[in-house]
Amino acid sequence: MKSLFTKSLLFLLALTAVSCFDDSRPNYQYMPDMYEPIPYEAYGEYDVFVNGQEAKLPAEGSVPRGWKPYEYENTQEGYQAAKEELTNPLPYTEENLATGRQLYTIYCAVCHGDEGDGQGILVQREKILGIPSYDDAGRDITEGSVYHVMYYGLNAMGSYASQTSINDRWLIDHYVMKLKNDLQEGEERAFDEVDPSEDAGNQTMENLVPAVNAEGDQVPEDQPVTRGSQENQNQGQQDQNEN
Amino acid sequence: MKKVKFRHSAARVLVLSISLFLSINTLILAQEETSPTDSQEEDVQETVQGPEESNVESDVSGDAAAGKALFNSLCAACHKLDGNSIGPPLRGVAERRDIAWLQSWIKNSQALISSGDEQAVEIYNEYGQVAMPPFPQLDDTDIENILAYTSEPKAVPESKQAGSDGAAAPGAGGISTDIVLGILAFVLLMLLVILYLVNKTLRRFATASGVPLPAKKVTRKPIYRSFIENQFLVLVTAVALLLVSGYMMYGYFMQVGIDQGYQPVQPIHFSHKIHAGDNQVECKFCHSSARVSKHSGIPSLNVCMNCHKSIGEVAEETGTDEYSKDFYDKEIQKLYTAVGWDPAAQAYTGETEPVKWIRIHNLPDFAYFNHSQHVEVGGIACQTCHGPVEEMEIMYQNAPLTMGWCINCHRETNVMAEGNEYYEKVHEELSQKYGVENLTVAQMGGNECMKCHY
Repeated sequence: MKSLFTKSLLFLLALTAVSCFDDSRPNYQYMPDMYEPIPYEAYGEYDVFVNGQEAKLPAEGSVPRGWKPYEYENTQEGYQAAKEELTNPLPYTEENLATGRQLYTIYCAVCHGDEGDGQGILVQREKILGIPSYDDAGRDITEGSVYHVMYYGLNAMGSYASQTSINDRWLIDHYVMKLKNDLQEGEERAFDEVDPSEDAGNQTMENLVPAVNAEGDQVPEDQPVTRGSQENQNQGQQDQNEN
Repeated sequence: MKKVKFRHSAARVLVLSISLFLSINTLILAQEETSPTDSQEEDVQETVQGPEESNVESDVSGDAAAGKALFNSLCAACHKLDGNSIGPPLRGVAERRDIAWLQSWIKNSQALISSGDEQAVEIYNEYGQVAMPPFPQLDDTDIENILAYTSEPKAVPESKQAGSDGAAAPGAGGISTDIVLGILAFVLLMLLVILYLVNKTLRRFATASGVPLPAKKVTRKPIYRSFIENQFLVLVTAVALLLVSGYMMYGYFMQVGIDQGYQPVQPIHFSHKIHAGDNQVECKFCHSSARVSKHSGIPSLNVCMNCHKSIGEVAEETGTDEYSKDFYDKEIQKLYTAVGWDPAAQAYTGETEPVKWIRIHNLPDFAYFNHSQHVEVGGIACQTCHGPVEEMEIMYQNAPLTMGWCINCHRETNVMAEGNEYYEKVHEELSQKYGVENLTVAQMGGNECMKCHY
């Protein structure tokens, strides 16, 4: 009996030890002064900010480096204009296409499918329905319209401007047009010749980043800068993180 | 004295027999409990079949099955059968409108609007002047098929009810097995106690009535005495105890500050298993800044809404025994509240509240880590550090995130130098120096203190 008693005591001890181990709390630290940052961490909660929310929108009117205004409005007319006028500033090279393919796989393929036929995994599992194929005759997508829709979203598709950069979107644009071409069984578009003496990376950026001080000339006064009215609003709901 | 004890034990025997009787009884009852659920399920199946059969009646001639396929691929992006989406709900649209009008609207709505058709202009304005794309690829029979599909009567309430009943039935079965197990455990415990008590009373009874019990041999020296007298054994035990306790102390102190397995309860129950596992959404779809920034950002809620505008509730089969469909639907409602989305009006209300996600992976302030460097340049899969996230219903920290763990990976991982001009020269020189074919991160300086601590 005595041994049974000690055994049960041991068992109880082990049980308390196990139940004291709590997954939902962070562990103790030796020297929290060394571990916890003094500066504000991304997504932190600090009294100095409105709502205590460190994740904030940029001040209104601020322009990130390398950003170029998008001059078409989020309207039916803007869409038509972009569809007709806008073309891809990036050269159509093998490298750009490969990067575009990677980005497409991350952001688009889940709905639009690897082939662009509108049969992504979410469609196959009937989570999201009605994804058109890229060769849809009624839509007849162009480089410009694809970019416009990625930027603002259209109907059930949301804007992807917050997840991709200007460069990313144009890279995806190339790949989408390639998929459309493949679906229509058109001729393969020949790759652009890029002068190998120039650094390819720099050249692509040059197309997208306005020269210093040149920006004012490029944006006509009467065209309001419409970038991300939607994007910005939505980022207002930026989530917050605490330690 | 005798009699009192006898009565006492008799009472215990009575308790024993009652508990035995009860335990058997509950088992029988439990069996009865399960059998009605079976018959209930059968009933449910019958009710499911009922409405489906009645679905077949329809005024519009056309193949509803073919129409469903067309509807799902072309219309469902903007129209639901019941309930507002980007466009109006389409169930029974063939009764509300003229078929010929619908034909021309679907083929080219913009032409109809610009021709000044009253109905067309009205519906265009009612839904915020969102243009419906033309569908020239649909011929009259296709449209008839679609209309046949939309004219099917709504079967949702019945099937939904049946679904919830069906979900409840196995749940109830689960609870009853739990109860049965609990009762069994209780009965076993009772039996143990009773055995002990019966043994005790019988012994007392025996002594009282003069029956000789087998006497214990007390001649042997107790074992602890012989242990104490053997000094060598005491020494060895002491050393062993010291070593073991030292080892355990070491283990305890080494795990301070390590959060491996940390699994906090998040404000919204976001299941990585459903998103990244079942639906195969890329990690970088939501955590897009992992490609380009130090942080692998927490997606802002607009990223959630890109899909959840259309997905207001989870599918029936997504719910599990542990987390029901209702539970998941409530979590999606939490998202809608946070982002200020009114699903009925399909519009943002503007009233938002931030979601206070709890950070799990947290490096100490004195260590620098950059996501883009590892994800984009190094081409390291997210799972290498974060573990099988696509299987995690609730996210937890998989890796210890200690320095030893970092260094170990730097020692073992080869640098992806192929096709990267940046590394070409340094790779050639260093691989000659170390006499290896592939350089590890450590050989390229990945273990220098200043790489991470500055």
